[in-house]
Amino acid sequence: MPHDHSDHDHPHTLLPSDPALRVKALETILVAKGLVDPSAMEAILDTYEHKVGPHLGAAVVARAWTDPAFRARLVADATAAVAELGISGRQGEHVVAVENTPETHNMVVCTLCSCYPWPLLGIPPGWYKSDAYRARAVREPRKVLAEFGVTLPEGQKVRVWDSTAEVRYLVVPMRPEGTEGMDAVALAALVTRDSMIGTGLPGPPR
Amino acid sequence: MTAPAPSRFDEPWQAQLFALTVALNEAGHFGWPDWTQAFGATLKRRGTERPQDGNADYYAAWLETLEGFLDATGHAPKAEAARTKAAWEAAYLVTPHGQPVRLKG
Repeated sequence: MPHDHSDHDHPHTLLPSDPALRVKALETILVAKGLVDPSAMEAILDTYEHKVGPHLGAAVVARAWTDPAFRARLVADATAAVAELGISGRQGEHVVAVENTPETHNMVVCTLCSCYPWPLLGIPPGWYKSDAYRARAVREPRKVLAEFGVTLPEGQKVRVWDSTAEVRYLVVPMRPEGTEGMDAVALAALVTRDSMIGTGLPGPPR
Repeated sequence: MTAPAPSRFDEPWQAQLFALTVALNEAGHFGWPDWTQAFGATLKRRGTERPQDGNADYYAAWLETLEGFLDATGHAPKAEAARTKAAWEAAYLVTPHGQPVRLKG
């Protein structure tokens, strides 16, 4: 007797991918041994999915543009200065703010892996973690910048900072011209993620 | 802004892997510099085979590093991880579609 049941292809729950099962296995073991607390994992996910992101770094840059005393503190000790705004680094990490000037443009890379100022910018974009960027940012930064659409004046040097597990860099871009009347909130909207990595420039005033 | 923000991760397991690693570090089971050294070594080795794209490649390298790391520390030996993975696989295969999947035992 012919029969067809529409469910034939999926009589059981769909099997997750190989890496998904491997992660699940590790999590099961570590939670069972009490090494990891599932609620701590949830809090971490919530933080990185919903709370931290480039808007935090942008607020820091805008404050530096509008408050010279804060700017001085930021350049002297960025870890302490961003803590004033309620942004705390992960344990044992220092944030260093590097200011762009007409003489020097700063750009950040991690040649070891993907070190990045998470508390200020969130999870790094894919290109930051790619071999192409990691290898070329140091070797040919101007060419890489050109691919991002950034052409610097000839007289402006490029300085590339290599992040580590201990030191994370935040580029403080130059405040765009024509923004004199803007307050910190309006200015923060001009500060892009890439401008704080050094592969972009802040947007023009709208 | 009313639209939900897209996830920072391409796949849910990448987010779980990230959270698991950070949670282990924050609970003091390993130092972040040790992690970055091990992860950097994996990326370097895989990068000599072919350039790493920074997305799928990146999290595959991350997972391989964490598995090796936890095997070395004894927190999750490779054989135990393989057994647990097989148990999950079996649980998925016997659970009727639509019902929650649970490990036996």
